[in-house]
Amino acid sequence: MIPSRAAVFAAALALVSAAQANPHEFSLPNGLRLIVKEDHRAPTVVHQVWYRVGSMDEVPGVTGVAHVLEHMMFKGTRRFGPGEFSRIIAEAGGRENAFTSTDFTVYHEQIHRDRLPLAMRLEADRMVNLVVRPEEFAQEIKVVMEERRLSYEDRPRSLLYENLLATAFAAHPYKSPTIGWMRDLQNMTWTDALAWYRQWYAPNNATVVVVGDVRPEQVLAWARRYYGALARRTMPGRKALAEPEQRGVKRVTLKAPAELPYLRLAYKVPALRDPANDWEPFAISLIAEALGGSDAARFNQILVRERRTATSADADYELISRGPGMLFLGAAAAKGRSASELEDGMREIVARVAAEGISPEELARAKVQRLSELVFRRDSFFAQALELGELESVGLSFRGADRIAERFKAITVEQVRAAAARYLVEDGLTVAVLDPQPLNPRSAGAAPPAAKH
Amino acid sequence: MTLIALSLPADARVKIDHWIAQSGARVYLVESHALPIVDIAVEFAAGSAYDPREKAGLARLTLAMLKAGSSRYSESEASRRIADAGAELRENFDVDRAGFALRSLSSEAERKAATDTLADMLQSPRFPADAFERERARAVANILEAETQPDRVAERRLYALMYPEHPYGLSASPASLAAIAREDLERHYRTRYGSMQAVVTIVGDLSRDAARTLAEELTSRLAQGERYALAPVAPSPPTETLRIAHPSAQSHVLLGVAALSYGDPDYFPLLVGNYVLGGSGLVSRIFREVRDKRGYAYSAYSYLRPYQRAGPFLVGLQTRRDQAREALELARTVVAEFVARGPTEAELNAARKSLVGGFPLRIDTNRKVLEQLALIGFYGLPLDWLDAYPARVRSVTLAQIRSAFARRVDPGKLSVVVVGAPD
Repeated sequence: MIPSRAAVFAAALALVSAAQANPHEFSLPNGLRLIVKEDHRAPTVVHQVWYRVGSMDEVPGVTGVAHVLEHMMFKGTRRFGPGEFSRIIAEAGGRENAFTSTDFTVYHEQIHRDRLPLAMRLEADRMVNLVVRPEEFAQEIKVVMEERRLSYEDRPRSLLYENLLATAFAAHPYKSPTIGWMRDLQNMTWTDALAWYRQWYAPNNATVVVVGDVRPEQVLAWARRYYGALARRTMPGRKALAEPEQRGVKRVTLKAPAELPYLRLAYKVPALRDPANDWEPFAISLIAEALGGSDAARFNQILVRERRTATSADADYELISRGPGMLFLGAAAAKGRSASELEDGMREIVARVAAEGISPEELARAKVQRLSELVFRRDSFFAQALELGELESVGLSFRGADRIAERFKAITVEQVRAAAARYLVEDGLTVAVLDPQPLNPRSAGAAPPAAKH
Repeated sequence: MTLIALSLPADARVKIDHWIAQSGARVYLVESHALPIVDIAVEFAAGSAYDPREKAGLARLTLAMLKAGSSRYSESEASRRIADAGAELRENFDVDRAGFALRSLSSEAERKAATDTLADMLQSPRFPADAFERERARAVANILEAETQPDRVAERRLYALMYPEHPYGLSASPASLAAIAREDLERHYRTRYGSMQAVVTIVGDLSRDAARTLAEELTSRLAQGERYALAPVAPSPPTETLRIAHPSAQSHVLLGVAALSYGDPDYFPLLVGNYVLGGSGLVSRIFREVRDKRGYAYSAYSYLRPYQRAGPFLVGLQTRRDQAREALELARTVVAEFVARGPTEAELNAARKSLVGGFPLRIDTNRKVLEQLALIGFYGLPLDWLDAYPARVRSVTLAQIRSAFARRVDPGKLSVVVVGAPD
């Protein structure tokens, strides 16, 4: 029996709406924004501090500084020594970390609900009291270079992604990696990190998101106590950034040690700006699902199972971003299949969707999967906080989350066809090809030599 | 402060329902109706440790092939049914276990479409020859790709050193995959995917009655299967350092020794001790010495991975290749120093507080509860395993940690692999 999709829509919509009805939003006089969502399923809480600054705010020569500063935020303040933050949270049974993206920088703690004030006190302290010590910086910049080696230099598929972005964008700062170019990391000084901190870290550039077993009035009272006294700062103006229109396919090839060719394609597409009125981003998200979102998607069915040109293939689109949107398609060639054969196959499938759209069955399936994902996200306090913080940090209200399920549901076959025809075109395409090289050029194809000591 | 950190909140408890299905499968249920989601795992003692040595890769391939078509649904139909229900199906696979985790909406039509598909995959796979050749080719491609990746090479070689005779050290090769015939899959399936070995775990929005019915639907058509006791791990082999050339910018350094199984009395002393040594993320000794003080690595850690038989204690880091020797010596020194003296009193207290205070974070989502429940079910841990956890952590003493590490983590018996450094 085929499940009634109407029932799924109804169940998912009711849940998503009910869950979204609850977030509470507050603003402190110093400009700090606070979003609190109650969820009493477990006696824990997630506390995230979102700064509206990421690697896209960097300028040439200091790429990577947003992320380096994130590392330095664990290195002590006027009140606490290096590493104290982590030690105190750990002893309170908490987990903490941080991440930097192109669009924002986020610090987070997961902890028993009774210890939320502790997390707030420490985050408020490092929002304004950070000390960037030259000797700590000297160690930490080495750690970040090791991170770059681990995550990019020695990972051909990540390096290919870096190459893809550097090729797709001529002007927009999305062309530079968040981790930073190695040369910029080598040239970075502690004063670069400090300048970044002074420029961007202030309550009026931050949103605090709290999800968990809490009462909003209590959280507000604590937020006033810990964050309320921090001084507002004047933020630098932000220039409007735009990528000039692309008019033709761009290509890049990367040679790196690997066994199989790997491809990553990117199409320039819109990102969500107005959740109430935009429809194209929702249509593109559903196209991504139909192309590469599951075993039932076209890429897997055709490239992996039928033609066997690929061992795996996927599609990825971020609905929400501060900068331009991109639809990414990736695939690894099967043994004995060439990169060009795989590229032809991927582009043929895309061209067909651009010409004909997708079937009503595929559209219904993609919608069910998107709506289910929204429901499944409710299982995790952390994922719920990410959803709220992300919307806020790109300048959309968290209330947009309310509408997202309904907007997905309303997309028609005709809209998908129109969005596909407009954006899945060669002129906005960038192709990145990993050209695999033998590990040892002298004995191509042989296993790496092993020596025992 | 101490009081809060050391007392377990009454609401951080998990109420486990357990019964044996008519099929013989062990069933574990935690009901939670706050969200319209149900998570289901079905697992068998059918991991890579059950591979014949010359056919390594058989167990993994068998699991992948369960999705490739069953008596009622073709491969594509099964994929579509799962996707149409909005469900997610994942393969769970390690040395001991093989099975699936299914996450579905709990509304009846969707849940039934998803579990009905899973039930057919598990109980009447067809192992079509054509898909078998494709999946084998994919497995070969993945192995060849992994052989170019320094982290994967290091891990594979370390397991071979730690477990020279034991099947935990096995890994598939193109040759071992080529030796597998379709009949081997059928035999592995028939003997290892037996109802008597099946463990069904269910967490979420499903009533006990519905869970009873579901557990039968998922297992009643299975053969009984054969009992097979995995051999114990032989005493540690002589220590070796294996250096493998690789053109990577970093050397990947791994040290390890077979150390711990579930049900072992040293479990909690080793767990608490390892928290101090390298298990506590940003505050462990290894992290402090390797990363904070010297900037050698981004990631530096140690962990214990208990299995049915002695699973590994493992230390890992990656560093610029010209400083790999120094970093390896440092890691050895930190481990040796810890094994010789144990944690300080202050470190032990901090570890206890952190592990006890952080316990609610281990069970604050349905998915985390499912993972814990699956461990309890598969390894036959007591039903009060989670409830007793804080008290058992609290009761660990300095003497117990020293004794457990001295016996289980002999620094002289650590196998070492360095991938990247040419010398």
